[in-house]
Amino acid sequence: MMLFRISFLVLFGVLLAIPSAALELKAIQADLHGFLDARYGRRLQNDPYQDAKSLGETRLQLELSRMGDRSTLLLKTDVYYDDVVDQNKVDLEEGTGWLDLREANLLFSPHVMADVKLGRQILTWGTGDLLFINDLFPKDWQAFFSGRDVDYLKAPSDAIMISIFPEWANIDLVYTPRFDADRFISGERISYWDPVSQSLAGANAVTRTDRPDDWFGDDEWSVRISRNMAGYELALYGYDGFWKSPAGYDIAAGRATFPKLRVFGASLRGNLAKGIASLESGYYDSRDDRDGKDPMVPNSEWRALAGYEQEVVRNVTAGVQYYLEAMQDYDRYRAGLLTTATARDEVRQVLTLRLTWQLLNQNLTLSAFSYWSPTDHDGYLRPLVEYKITDAWQISAGANLFWGKEDYTFFGQFENNSNLYAGLRHSF
Amino acid sequence: MSKVKFLEVMAVVFLFIPISPVFAELTADQIVEKANQAAYYAGKDGRASVQMTISDARGGTRQRAFTLLRMNTQDGNQKFYVYFVEPADVRKMAYLVWKNVGGEDDRWLWLPALNLKKRIAPGDKRTSFVGSDFYYEDVSGRSQHEDRHELIEETDQSYLLKHVPKKPGSVEFAWFQTWIDKQTFLPMRAEYYDDSGQRYREVEALEVEMVQGHPTVMVAEARDLRSGSTTRNEFKKVEYDIGLQEQVFTERFLRRPPREVTR
Repeated sequence: MMLFRISFLVLFGVLLAIPSAALELKAIQADLHGFLDARYGRRLQNDPYQDAKSLGETRLQLELSRMGDRSTLLLKTDVYYDDVVDQNKVDLEEGTGWLDLREANLLFSPHVMADVKLGRQILTWGTGDLLFINDLFPKDWQAFFSGRDVDYLKAPSDAIMISIFPEWANIDLVYTPRFDADRFISGERISYWDPVSQSLAGANAVTRTDRPDDWFGDDEWSVRISRNMAGYELALYGYDGFWKSPAGYDIAAGRATFPKLRVFGASLRGNLAKGIASLESGYYDSRDDRDGKDPMVPNSEWRALAGYEQEVVRNVTAGVQYYLEAMQDYDRYRAGLLTTATARDEVRQVLTLRLTWQLLNQNLTLSAFSYWSPTDHDGYLRPLVEYKITDAWQISAGANLFWGKEDYTFFGQFENNSNLYAGLRHSF
Repeated sequence: MSKVKFLEVMAVVFLFIPISPVFAELTADQIVEKANQAAYYAGKDGRASVQMTISDARGGTRQRAFTLLRMNTQDGNQKFYVYFVEPADVRKMAYLVWKNVGGEDDRWLWLPALNLKKRIAPGDKRTSFVGSDFYYEDVSGRSQHEDRHELIEETDQSYLLKHVPKKPGSVEFAWFQTWIDKQTFLPMRAEYYDDSGQRYREVEALEVEMVQGHPTVMVAEARDLRSGSTTRNEFKKVEYDIGLQEQVFTERFLRRPPREVTR
């Protein structure tokens, strides 16, 4: 382990010593870019189940791309050293070990009206800002809560995306032959509320899961049909797969499960007054518990959000969102719960506020994103300062601040994980 | 109306007087209209590679390199596609604008790391474009209906016009003046003044070349006189009428940048 750490420091040093430059690999008509990123973070309070250090990593991202006339090949991979969780074994699904393969895909057009992207890729859609209803592509909540760059919130999918472009709409169809779960909060890095023991838990009780993992059996389908009408973007969505984070529990096996899920939804986004407005809704059909009786499987839900963003003063942008999750069959959910168990509210509501202020010719960005749930009485604040020292060098510092009246609510459970972090990045 | 008609009549009359090749006097509004066409609407469409150098007062410099595609659509509306090459942290990002004359523009930013087409609030058009001393409006054009124009001087080479905003609260300047070349109708220099009459900003065309019959600014500079910062834009590989299709300005071609920008 020590040797590994030293070798990584050496690697960092070597990379700093050489004025890193992007390479143009003329022979294969490709180019190589990337960045070197070092980050460190600490918890602001004691957590009995975790280290005081919440983040400590050095990461080298290399991106090799070849853009041809007919196809584009992209290979993007992170090699990193993580000082918080000791893992030598590479797990490409989880991105743990020392290798996180972010993207490896081929994009081509088999027809003038169609594109295909095949392989490991990052997928995003929907209109929410750090809130997701119809985007059921994998998220990395560990990265998000611990202070990695926000890009890392999106975890890769191993999928094929087929896009068809008839006159009247864009149709995107994504098939994931084997379920790609979120990189969810498991207690390993970030402590959480364990509903089984009805207490806070962390590295002492890392979630054990029973993950659907049969190729072509435990698969996922996502579809979006979107259309732009005079600047207004309308989209319909569908998803067939599983709850992305372990939302269920198998008592007999003592493992958390990913119950079956189908989602149907729609969104609308466009200019309104001096800003942009968005609306999105989705129905979460929890197929393993359509009656809502089984306390070990989540009930079906309606989710909806409304957002508005506008520049309020020169160089200052503000965005607000209202979001809700409304459980169906709430009475049956309550009836099924053990008397000692903590219960969710029927309607969880969240308000978010984003403020972004750009200064010094956009080289300095001050921003804050806050979640606040008036129903759960909890919240999460993400302040961030980023400064571009030069075109290549950037420093940043931020925090992940959780608070809550109770230990078992969505943000409240993470209170012991509140942290401060700082990072340095060299892009080439 | 009647004034224009009168001028047209006079023009016809003067044309028949051989020793006095004087053309109709253009009104300030007509000059601005012609300048707008020359500066922002040349050809049906076009492309350019832009190398931008931002120099601050202390001598530090930052580079931006991007490829710009433009297409004229209907009723004076336009679509823009800006594909970033440098610096490394914004590489492959793309910026898409559907300019709506007389309304708010539709703007999106393509974030390749997230595979996300992010909609951007229309916002103040008089804010910095990618951190430079050029404003968003310098790139996409300012509607001539937002100011009152006055011709204050005319020489053999150029017209000097003064522009006063109709809604003074909506912009940072009290007024600005431009020198418009009589041959090409390109605005060659613009100076911006604040409420106290102090000049605080300049934009200047430093080199003009003829490209496919269109006089084209090849080097331009914007200067912020308060901060001492200067931005120089060099345009390369300028081409007009390359036969762009409107579908290039959609999400499909954000995900898969067209060869017009990657070459």
